Amino acid sequence: MTDSSKNQAANVSYGTKIRGKWNNECYQIEKRLGNGALGTVYLANSRKGHVAVKVGNDTMSISSEVNVLKQLSKVQGSVLGPFFYEMDDWEVNGKRHPFYVMEYIHGEPLFSFIQRRGKEWLGILMLQLLRDLSVLHREGWVFGDLKPDNLLVEGAPPKMRWLDVGGTTVIGRSVKEFTEFFDRGYWGLGSRVAEPSYDLFSTAMIIINAAYPKRFDRPKENSEAYLMNKIDSSSILKPYRTILRKALTGKYQHALDMRNELFTLLQEDNPKSTARVKTTSRVTTRKQSKKTKNHKRTRWVETVLLFALILTIYTLYLVGYGF
Amino acid sequence: MKKGTLRQILLITDGCSNQGEDPVAMAALAREYGMTVNVIGVLEENERTDGLKEIENIALSGGGIHQLVYARQLSHTVQMVTRKAMTQTIQGFIHKELQTILGSDKEIEDLPPEKRGQVVEVVDDLGETMDLEVLILIDTSASMQHKLPTVEDALLDLSISLHSRIGQNEYSLYAFPGRKKQVERLMDWTPQMKDIHKIFPKLSSGGVTPTGPALKEAIDAYQKKRSKRGMLEDDGFIEESGS
Ligand SMILES: Nc1ncnc2c1ncn2[C@@H]1O[C@H](COP(=O)(O)OP(=O)(O)OP(=O)(O)O)[C@@H](O)[C@H]1O
Repeated sequence: MTDSSKNQAANVSYGTKIRGKWNNECYQIEKRLGNGALGTVYLANSRKGHVAVKVGNDTMSISSEVNVLKQLSKVQGSVLGPFFYEMDDWEVNGKRHPFYVMEYIHGEPLFSFIQRRGKEWLGILMLQLLRDLSVLHREGWVFGDLKPDNLLVEGAPPKMRWLDVGGTTVIGRSVKEFTEFFDRGYWGLGSRVAEPSYDLFSTAMIIINAAYPKRFDRPKENSEAYLMNKIDSSSILKPYRTILRKALTGKYQHALDMRNELFTLLQEDNPKSTARVKTTSRVTTRKQSKKTKNHKRTRWVETVLLFALILTIYTLYLVGYGF
Repeated sequence: MKKGTLRQILLITDGCSNQGEDPVAMAALAREYGMTVNVIGVLEENERTDGLKEIENIALSGGGIHQLVYARQLSHTVQMVTRKAMTQTIQGFIHKELQTILGSDKEIEDLPPEKRGQVVEVVDDLGETMDLEVLILIDTSASMQHKLPTVEDALLDLSISLHSRIGQNEYSLYAFPGRKKQVERLMDWTPQMKDIHKIFPKLSSGGVTPTGPALKEAIDAYQKKRSKRGMLEDDGFIEESGS
């Protein structure tokens, strides 16, 4: 954009102390995390410990992101996006830079995590994503610019986290920001009206992107057939075929519908996928084959234990525990 | 609040004008009429950018946005520039409103951070719900010829974005140079861009680039539309009303 050249906020050096004009909080810059169109994100030290600080030039666009972050931070019972702390102005050399402070997410990019830890994580992390999306949608929002670049995996147990909520749009309006490969409008498979199915299309494209890291362009016509063909020619994607097709053609109205079908699929797929792991890694093969003998019995014991557990919980529930 | 209409001119070109009025002056004139002129410069990979300065100056004096882009990124850029331009125009109006409330030397930056969110919401709201008129000027000079299919895609893509808004849209399309005249109207005001496929193959390109006359024609077209609508409707930007 025209304003990319005037992004002077892109060079705040190590050790610089950013002090807010309004709230007087101080943040000491440790390193640059990344550069966006609207500003630059830094890791900084503060009274709250490590935080991420986004320094921009344009007050309106920074305020717009803050609006979304504030809304998301309000949602109870689910963590959507980085936690929002505050917004302020930093005055330096007679120039005013708006900035905001958010939780620092110490995570690993989605695909690098999957590459390191194994393909089986793809499905599991997508289950997490779909659950979070269902909460976001219930709150009346659509993520919009959903793509691997905006997803990090953090902590143990690994949890999918969202970055860059700049595209988050109120349901019923037009999606604010998107990336072509993940945008159903680009593929000619739907509008850019913010509705849950918009995000579910992007989710399907994230799964497809996992199998085609370089991505690909749209064909002249008949995108649907083209995408289905891509799915069928990938061993990673084939098991997901039915679900992907439904998501790509807008058949899911709710994230939970897609999640439930994915969950069922992963359950069915589970014995097969352990077999696949055996062939891919020698180390696990040894462990696995030792286990196979006892496999059936362990399974059976597990089932009994699980059943007992459910029964206990159910009894507690009937008794009215926790009311 | 009753909302007015946003009027945007979108100029898609790849270089310098070489015929007729100075396009920078025409852009300034358009601005006086309450239109915004945005310019997208379409480049070839590795192409030099002779027209850069002119592209920038047209947008500057037209109160709009400019962006240079390689042909393959055109779709994304056209819708983004249009969106940004709308936001910018609305912000300009809001800015004026703010000054009448806060005092003439006050800006949004003078509001405490917590209050700014509300201003942003108003801008978002208007961008989503205001009616929009876009007049598109396409440079069809010889060097643009093989980029035209991409331009067509980009315009269809733009219509997907705009039709996802709540507000109404109208488009009009002009090419320059035209086959017989400097500037030729390809499509009169219409709410749908879908017939664009029928128009595009008919384009034939010539050697001159009358960018200034094209902008002048755009201003006339807007004026005609406005007078056709007559005095019945007030064209003011925002009007107080009962609610
Ligand atoms: N809360 C955070 N915790 C850790 N890293 C972050 C955080 N926010 C941003 N980053 C890093 O900074 C980079 C830039 O982020 P940012 O969201 O500003 O840019 P962007 O995704 O390019 O979007 P935009 O164009 O909207 O500015 C991200 O790619 C990410 O690596």
